[in-house]
Amino acid sequence: MEGDHLLQIRSEHDILTARQRGRELAAEVGFAGSDLTLVATAISEIARNIVEYAGRGEIEFSLVRDGGSRGIVVVARDEGPGIADVALAMQDGYSTKKSLGLGLPGARRLMDEFDVQSEAGRGTTVTMKKWTQSRSARVS
Amino acid sequence: MAIPILKLGDYLIASIQSTLTDADLTRLQDDLARQVGELRSRGVVVDVTAADVMDSFTIRTLLDIARVGRLRGAETVIVGLKPEVAFAMVQLGLRLDGVATGLDLEEGLAILSHSRGPTDGG
Repeated sequence: MEGDHLLQIRSEHDILTARQRGRELAAEVGFAGSDLTLVATAISEIARNIVEYAGRGEIEFSLVRDGGSRGIVVVARDEGPGIADVALAMQDGYSTKKSLGLGLPGARRLMDEFDVQSEAGRGTTVTMKKWTQSRSARVS
Repeated sequence: MAIPILKLGDYLIASIQSTLTDADLTRLQDDLARQVGELRSRGVVVDVTAADVMDSFTIRTLLDIARVGRLRGAETVIVGLKPEVAFAMVQLGLRLDGVATGLDLEEGLAILSHSRGPTDGG
């Protein structure tokens, strides 16, 4: 663990702050070019989910190292209504709001690792990671 | 922060920055729809050169701008998508179906003047 960064997400402005902070941290561990955009875009999606569905929550960034690869971990937590059916929410085009329904499945495609834990009425935690070395380079 | 809308002949031009909130984007959508009517504009160019993140909300708003504009008699062209932003959009599964795109402002204006054809019977 190379340092933690916690951001409160309460408004649209915090979505911008979160993706800017995420981009800066990703640059710090060695991401460049389009990877920075992918990370920032994924953060934007999950931060917006917090604002839209839970009203408030938090995003925690941490920088990690695994062998020769460094990475960024983004954890988004809220105590909102939760997701009744996570599998359904992970499908493209599924949305209970007037969005494109690409938030969660889209963010998953932008990152290397993605996990959603949610309980109806208790909240949602999304954990996503991206590594500086591509997935194909890391034998999993 | 209101996004300035420039008038150039029959066209309107607006530039999107990365630091825009959802409310700013929604306001741009409303402002464009209104100005297209007030100024009897035939086309809108939305320049996204300065946007280094375009998430699903931004894209949805751009699509809405284009659809509303079309209903009001104006075509919309999105110009200036950065390569990395385009790449992220593809990964995210976002498409700009039905909306013209151009490399830059100049090309956007050229697309609009072509789509109108050579008639100027006003």
